[in-house]
Amino acid sequence: MTREFSMNPDTFSCPLPRRDDDFISLAHGGGGKLSQQLIEEAFLPEFSNRYLQDMHDGATLNINNAKIAFTTDSHVITPIFFPGGDIGSLSVCGTVNDLAMCGAKPLFISAGFIIEEGFGKPELIKIVQSMQMAAKRADVHIVTGDTKVVDRGKADKLYINTSGIGIVENHIHISPKRAKPGDSVILSGTIADHGIAVLSNREGLTFDTRLHSDVAPLSELVQLILNQAGDKIHVLRDPTRGGVASALNEIAQQAKVGVAIHENEIRVKDEVRGACELLGFDPLYVANEGKFLCIAAQEKAKDIVETMRAHPLGKQATVIGTVTEGHPGRVLLKTGIGGTRIVEMISGEQLPRIC
Amino acid sequence: MKFVDDYRKQEDAEKVSHAIRQIVKRPWKIMEICGGQTHTFVKYGMDQLLPPEIELVHGPGCPVCVTPLSFVDKAIAISNVDDIIFTSFGDMLRVPGSHSDLLKEKAKGNDIRIVYSPLDSLTLAISHPEKQIVLFGIGFETTAPTIAFTVATAAKLQITNFSVLISHVLVPPAIKALLAADGNKINGFIAPGHVVSITGTEAYQNLAETYRVPFVVTGFEPLDLLTGIYKTVKALEEKDYRCQNNYTRVVLEEGNKTAKHYVQDVFEVCDRTWRGLGNIPNSGYRLKNSYFRYNAEQKFNVASISSEESPVCIAGQILKGEKKPFECAAFAASCNPENPKGAPMVSSEGACSTYYNYKRV
Repeated sequence: MTREFSMNPDTFSCPLPRRDDDFISLAHGGGGKLSQQLIEEAFLPEFSNRYLQDMHDGATLNINNAKIAFTTDSHVITPIFFPGGDIGSLSVCGTVNDLAMCGAKPLFISAGFIIEEGFGKPELIKIVQSMQMAAKRADVHIVTGDTKVVDRGKADKLYINTSGIGIVENHIHISPKRAKPGDSVILSGTIADHGIAVLSNREGLTFDTRLHSDVAPLSELVQLILNQAGDKIHVLRDPTRGGVASALNEIAQQAKVGVAIHENEIRVKDEVRGACELLGFDPLYVANEGKFLCIAAQEKAKDIVETMRAHPLGKQATVIGTVTEGHPGRVLLKTGIGGTRIVEMISGEQLPRIC
Repeated sequence: MKFVDDYRKQEDAEKVSHAIRQIVKRPWKIMEICGGQTHTFVKYGMDQLLPPEIELVHGPGCPVCVTPLSFVDKAIAISNVDDIIFTSFGDMLRVPGSHSDLLKEKAKGNDIRIVYSPLDSLTLAISHPEKQIVLFGIGFETTAPTIAFTVATAAKLQITNFSVLISHVLVPPAIKALLAADGNKINGFIAPGHVVSITGTEAYQNLAETYRVPFVVTGFEPLDLLTGIYKTVKALEEKDYRCQNNYTRVVLEEGNKTAKHYVQDVFEVCDRTWRGLGNIPNSGYRLKNSYFRYNAEQKFNVASISSEESPVCIAGQILKGEKKPFECAAFAASCNPENPKGAPMVSSEGACSTYYNYKRV
């Protein structure tokens, strides 16, 4: 008897044809819908556990009655040096900020380096110094690490993974699911500075700009508002890849609430807007590395904004909108000329337009 | 950014909106030809500022949307050849071909790169003499001059490892085809400001006179568009059938002479197939004989590739303004930005993508 369909035990190859979307594309790492899909298809079914379910920037774990936040982040940025920072400062701030967004005070960080053969030692030392400066600024210690070198061409100069732990005060409960109708949505400053600063220096696209990345550790500022408003702060989120639009969409979907924001309240530097106009980018989708969204009870919003504005990293903090009961799962934007539209989550990566 | 902010003021928008309501007496169907204009309309929620008498229909002016499926397949076939660097404007990469798209081919290992200027492709050709560099030359009268200049520069520098896959199309013949079609219901046109800044207004003046419809050349900011609609409605109510220029800060009546010079030097007019609209006579450009050696279709022997459109996609009716994206059964169901069935769901200037991103509540 012949069987038309069978597994080949020698190779364990599956007879199913590979579909085109069986390949990982760059868009799967863009922080938008395709990233979400990949997590849901590949990671969650295998790793699923009660800590992972929160789908936050990091996990919050109870260990011996202490609330510990734990997170990890890999950095593969091109170019590795950019105006306002480098891959080193970014790798420390990224993990510090993820911990801060769990409501934690960051404490200890690990650093794993994957280095391409032939990479310059002086550059590496410069990056390590920049990591140490960022760690000092964030008041964390880099306490363990790992180094691997791969053949030339098998990596692009240098990748850094950092993981970190921090401690969360017992009365603090930060979770995207806690966004409630009536809450205020606060943004800590101008958006899209990081994405545009990096892009302006990328190969194939150089334009002159005085713009610097906003990369900075947000933990001190977050601790200030947590001390002030405590449990009245419901959600914290740093809008990195996918920008403010994707972060708010994730929150709206996870909390099953609507979010309404005002275009006129969202601050974008002139040079960033100019670059976005030129490239056909919407700043709402461009990455930030030193800004955060805070969703808090409305009665505390004014005080939180004042506290933020008194700190150098929150000078332009403002309330950009509210959480609503209507249109759950959606973000609506009141446009500058008085119309209303939805703000969709980013699909893949933003592609520069043709004309 | 003061320059842009002046055209995005709510109080001014409300004034023009009020003025439109004052003059409109009958229902009018107005087509904004360019996808960039569609994008602004929907992105700023401008439909909410217009009286119910005015229906906006979205035109075929999305360069990515009208590039035929066969050209995406040709691009993919060329990118599969050894030692090729295939270069393209960014938003062409996600447009589905018959079986794949350029982004997926890139993920599989083909060397496909986004360029921001066609001249970047030439720079690649100089720095990679061992490779063949191919540029995807698509778009309307706006991108044609930059492609023409790049080809002319390649010839001047005697660069031989560079070629262009050309699918350039022209706006006036497509509008003529829409106006001449049986059952045309479009009363007036918002003409595409940037295209006219290159070509000048003559072709639109001729169309206005021949078919007795008003054209108003308009920019891309909310107030540009609102004032453009005001002038179109006024012209319709007064039966004033000519081409007016509402974008004088950019558009000269005679167009851009330098750009036209390069286009005339490198290209000649030919028939072109438009995705969704079919073959339109004299509606595109091809390389003149003197530059034919830069034709990638010949160089890589892909000219014979032909392809069938997905039967699900109603791009043709969308691009002709006959249907709105909402009226497509696949819209936001089987067709979405992650898995587009047709090009209007891909480009930021495509009507379907614009509706998907800004108009589903």
